Amino acid sequence: MLSRVADSLFWMARYLERAEHTARLLDVHLHSALDLTPTAAERRWRRLLLALHSQPPAAGVTPYAITQALTFDMSNSDSIAACITAARDNARQVRERISSEMWEQVNRLYLHVRHTSMDEMWSGEPHLFFRSVKEGVHLFQGITDATLSHDEGWWFIQIGRYLERAMATATLLDVHFCPLEGSDAEMLDYFEWVALLKSCTAFEAYCKVYTASIRPEDVAEFLLLNAEFPRSIRFAADMIQEAAQSIGRSSIRRATARVERLAGRLRAVLDYGQVDEIMTDMHTFLMSIRRMCIQVHDEIYRAYISYPADEALKGEGAL
Amino acid sequence: MFASYDIDIAWDEMFTADGQPRPHYLPLYERLTNLSAEELYRRQQAADAAFLYQGITFAVYGHGDGTEKIFPYDLIPRIIPAAEWSVIERGLTQRITALNMFLRDVYHEGRILADNVVPRELVYSCAYYRREMRGVRVPRDVYIAIVGTDLVRDADGRFLVLEDNLRVPSGVSYMLVNRQVMKRTFPMLFEGYNVRPIEHYGQALLETLRALDPMQRPDPTIVLLTPGIYNSAYFEHTFLARQMGVQLVEGRDLLVHDNRVYMRTTAGLQRVDVIYRRLDDDFLDPLAFRPDSALGVAGLFNAYRAGNVGLANAIGTGIADDKAIYAYVPRIIRYYLGEDPILPNVETYLACNEADRRYILDNLDKLVIKAVGESGGYGMLVGPHSTREQREEFRRRILAAPRNYIAQPTIMLSRAACFVDGRVEPRHVDLRPYILYGEKIVIVPGGLTRVALRRGSLVVNSSQGGGSKDTWVLND
Repeated sequence: MLSRVADSLFWMARYLERAEHTARLLDVHLHSALDLTPTAAERRWRRLLLALHSQPPAAGVTPYAITQALTFDMSNSDSIAACITAARDNARQVRERISSEMWEQVNRLYLHVRHTSMDEMWSGEPHLFFRSVKEGVHLFQGITDATLSHDEGWWFIQIGRYLERAMATATLLDVHFCPLEGSDAEMLDYFEWVALLKSCTAFEAYCKVYTASIRPEDVAEFLLLNAEFPRSIRFAADMIQEAAQSIGRSSIRRATARVERLAGRLRAVLDYGQVDEIMTDMHTFLMSIRRMCIQVHDEIYRAYISYPADEALKGEGAL
Repeated sequence: MFASYDIDIAWDEMFTADGQPRPHYLPLYERLTNLSAEELYRRQQAADAAFLYQGITFAVYGHGDGTEKIFPYDLIPRIIPAAEWSVIERGLTQRITALNMFLRDVYHEGRILADNVVPRELVYSCAYYRREMRGVRVPRDVYIAIVGTDLVRDADGRFLVLEDNLRVPSGVSYMLVNRQVMKRTFPMLFEGYNVRPIEHYGQALLETLRALDPMQRPDPTIVLLTPGIYNSAYFEHTFLARQMGVQLVEGRDLLVHDNRVYMRTTAGLQRVDVIYRRLDDDFLDPLAFRPDSALGVAGLFNAYRAGNVGLANAIGTGIADDKAIYAYVPRIIRYYLGEDPILPNVETYLACNEADRRYILDNLDKLVIKAVGESGGYGMLVGPHSTREQREEFRRRILAAPRNYIAQPTIMLSRAACFVDGRVEPRHVDLRPYILYGEKIVIVPGGLTRVALRRGSLVVNSSQGGGSKDTWVLND
């Protein structure tokens, strides 16, 4: 497979995952902010911005301005519209490589988002819009699984998606468990833990394991270390390692060993992690997870995508 | 449905001069008259939605915002009976054979120039002449592997050649997609017609490219080189790559080492044998041609010259579709084949000939003036539809650079029935069949019928508001 194609598949998946993550967070927030005092609501909106690595919009920290900036603002490269546009651009780059059905779905999603206006959404039912984005992405993933050969290209899609998920979830946990000094330092209440779980579509799955009694360390254990729940970081790490191994098998390049080693280390940290130990310095732990994800990402690029040509010619001989 | 259908001096594809449907259109005509306008409109909507959702779009240059438009599609097919097609097929085969011999000759011995059949200075002054190709042997001596010739029909119903597109002709994907959409939205129209299939075009194209492998290996690696997603024909590039099952590459995916071409894959570098390039000569190799090209591959020309990679089309084929050389094609056919042309040219005046130039300048309001190196309907003056200022502008341009202009009488392109604004009305059309030349010449029975959708307009180019329709070639 062309290196450029691998690059596009990888980023297509990352951008769609990012759009879905943002849609989910906004949906939960708009809903739960309804029962909050104005100061509590503003604090939560600021936390949401932190969780998405976004700056407060120039128009002020109002629900409308933040929703606009995170949903439709094309100058914000992390907005839902910008992410879906970027995903579609990447899909266009590899249009002959993905299935027609995949292309049609990402194109439909793009047309839907670009043809919806902020005011139309805001005055209607924002929930329906965010749900349509989430479902659009889920449908794309389903179509991908059903219509694309599960070959090397498919694994590049998986690794992009789960790297994005692991890093986004780590950031989300960080802003909830490790509030900044000062203004945000008081304990989160019950409803906020529920909102966190819902932000990961994890509330129902959590209750099945721990019942509806919400304890922060259980929430942390579930979202970090649960092996079966698809939005936990451990689940993502398992998938990342499996993808790294599958990609490595289809390549003759020697450099692949490093990718597999880094992915294996990330997985081991989560497979053998203990929540009580992690809780003693949650922030450091989460940052090391993010760092390991970035290392896997960099190493994939070095091994498969932007390797130096003369090294490939001399070191291993060309095919 | 046909209430506002008028028949004028242009040849009508569907009706005879006294308003009777031609025999090969009769079943279609009857089926259409039994349909309501709403029914047609509904199917038109369904077809448009299919194009939009599949993203079958092209980018229009000069609009800056990078908007993608769907290529307007007309529901009513254009029908070509077997006897007419066989003339077209023989005529194109003859013409392409001769043009290919001309290219080989010009870049090697130059017999036709020595014999003064084509003026030497006309060839050497052509912007597409590539001195670097002198004496370069190309695989199988095939220069023009992929051609899309523009044909028009005059008021007597004769097919004439309007343009030979010998560089990187586009539009074949629309021929294929129009048929797909037609079958999906209007299957019943096919009943009773014996329409020849065109779906094997991808396979035929692949065979043609295989034939150009300089090493003649059993399983050569073939790639399609695209300028990228901002090119107006990007959809077509992805479509053809998929139809053939070959990699779609950009210049940055390829590299040349030791005069061999490689592509960068996740499993290392892989050797490339044949390149179907959808990139103009100028941009192919920054070392040999335009140094500012970021789309090409440094060193590609040397690899080609060394015989390590096949290119379709060869470099420098643009001389044979220069609009001034075009005027000589009938002579070129006689010179190499000793035959009369089966498909005539449109009468052409060259501004670089003094007598012709005087005639052109005296008749600017009647002629179509074309810049020799332009295509896609750019750089063109349609005399009868022009303003005085436009004519004066062209007079200045012609006098400043006579070699750059030719003129042709305004051809009343034939008209075909189209579904416009809830009615069936006639619109002017042309026809672009696609010719493949590898081991032998293959023409898929069909082509792209382009439609000038504005009433009375004679310009069918997609960049100028043209559309297209499915084209049926019938079996006997």
